[in-house]
Amino acid sequence: MEGKIRVLVAKPGLDGHDRGAKIVARALRDAGMEVIYTGLHQTAEMIVQTAIQEDVKVVGLSLLSGAHMTLFTDVTRILKEKGMDDVLVLGGGIIPEDDIPKLRESGIKGIFGPGTPMDDIVSFIKENVEE
Amino acid sequence: MKDLGQRVLDGEQRAIAKMITLSENNSPEAAREMKVLHPASGRAQIIGITGVMGAGKSTLVSELAMEYRKMGKTVGIIAIDPTSPFTGGALLGDRIRMTKLTEDEGIFIRSMGTRGMLGGLTSAVYDVVEIMDAAGKDIIMVETVGVGQAEVDIIKIADTTVVVLVPGLGDSIQAIKAGIMEIADIYVVNKADRPGFDRIMAEIESLVDLTTEAGKRSIPIIPTVAKTGEGIAELRASVDEHLELLNGTNEFQANRRRRYEAELIEIIRKRLMNLIFDESIFKERIEGLIDQIEAKEKDPYSAAEEILSQVLK
Repeated sequence: MEGKIRVLVAKPGLDGHDRGAKIVARALRDAGMEVIYTGLHQTAEMIVQTAIQEDVKVVGLSLLSGAHMTLFTDVTRILKEKGMDDVLVLGGGIIPEDDIPKLRESGIKGIFGPGTPMDDIVSFIKENVEE
Repeated sequence: MKDLGQRVLDGEQRAIAKMITLSENNSPEAAREMKVLHPASGRAQIIGITGVMGAGKSTLVSELAMEYRKMGKTVGIIAIDPTSPFTGGALLGDRIRMTKLTEDEGIFIRSMGTRGMLGGLTSAVYDVVEIMDAAGKDIIMVETVGVGQAEVDIIKIADTTVVVLVPGLGDSIQAIKAGIMEIADIYVVNKADRPGFDRIMAEIESLVDLTTEAGKRSIPIIPTVAKTGEGIAELRASVDEHLELLNGTNEFQANRRRRYEAELIEIIRKRLMNLIFDESIFKERIEGLIDQIEAKEKDPYSAAEEILSQVLK
């Protein structure tokens, strides 16, 4: 079987800053992955619905507004409800240190702040995606 | 748990998604399940949307899908974007223009990379059409990559092919009289509120005049502004009218047969390619043969024949 890693890069909520998300999307594409980019202002429900239809192995969430505790955990909760708990969920953006343990607990496996080298994200995905 | 094929027939979203992945990845399981799905397919109306880059195809697909939803029909959308020939990766961004559809359970959208296929489609697209069809979608729309002139494979799948053009192409219509200007069942001039609209309408009209045989249907030209929904109802009516005209005719039959032929050829092509290129004889010998070709000890044809005769014996 000749699989490719499919990744959904999504911007939940009202924050309109998508430069980071686009840069990550391009880096993942250049690493040979198929990246589905959905644009701004997605609700958690929309993100999960897209993840189901696109059958992605990875969901990358990007948020700079400060609402990550609610929105990121909404996504992981709904993914679980829909039986999609085998999906690797990553978070990026401005995330305070103190929030990281709680986010991990909710199922966000990798958290990548500003300045993260792209290679780190690529290898994290390659190591953590179940074949 | 029920078999995957049965779950697709029940219209279960995750099963449809999983089945598409298996088929994209050429898994043997896909081949097995397709045997279950094929008898249940053949009912959906298949609409191809093609056109130049930036013509607004995704927005148009999105609006047209909503138009069909108003009539109570379910819709499957296959949105194809190019795969990089260098990295094998792809950025699939058609959904950006389709966010209005995401929360509607009656719509299933799948983004696909071309994965090395030329012609504007992707190799698994025939399977994916059958999967969505068998899952009970009434309408299936296939959006090709942004095309130049030669990407005309969409006609092998669609009952109705819609070619989307925009003002500002100007003289290039003259230049692309071949290729995509030969495959339209319907022309759409999108972004009709832009300067240059009259000119492109005139260009297409004269092309249609020139190419319509006496007494035959002349290809309709529908102006739209997909962003505002203008002209979409007319487009929907025109697509359905085309299908009605086709229904029961030899041409309809011929269309469907052409699709099965293309699908059959594609499956055989894939199997043969795998047979040859995954074969260890090929991998072992390729470097050595290139050395010999470079040193003029052997010509490329003899080298190819050597490999083929070994692999296919």
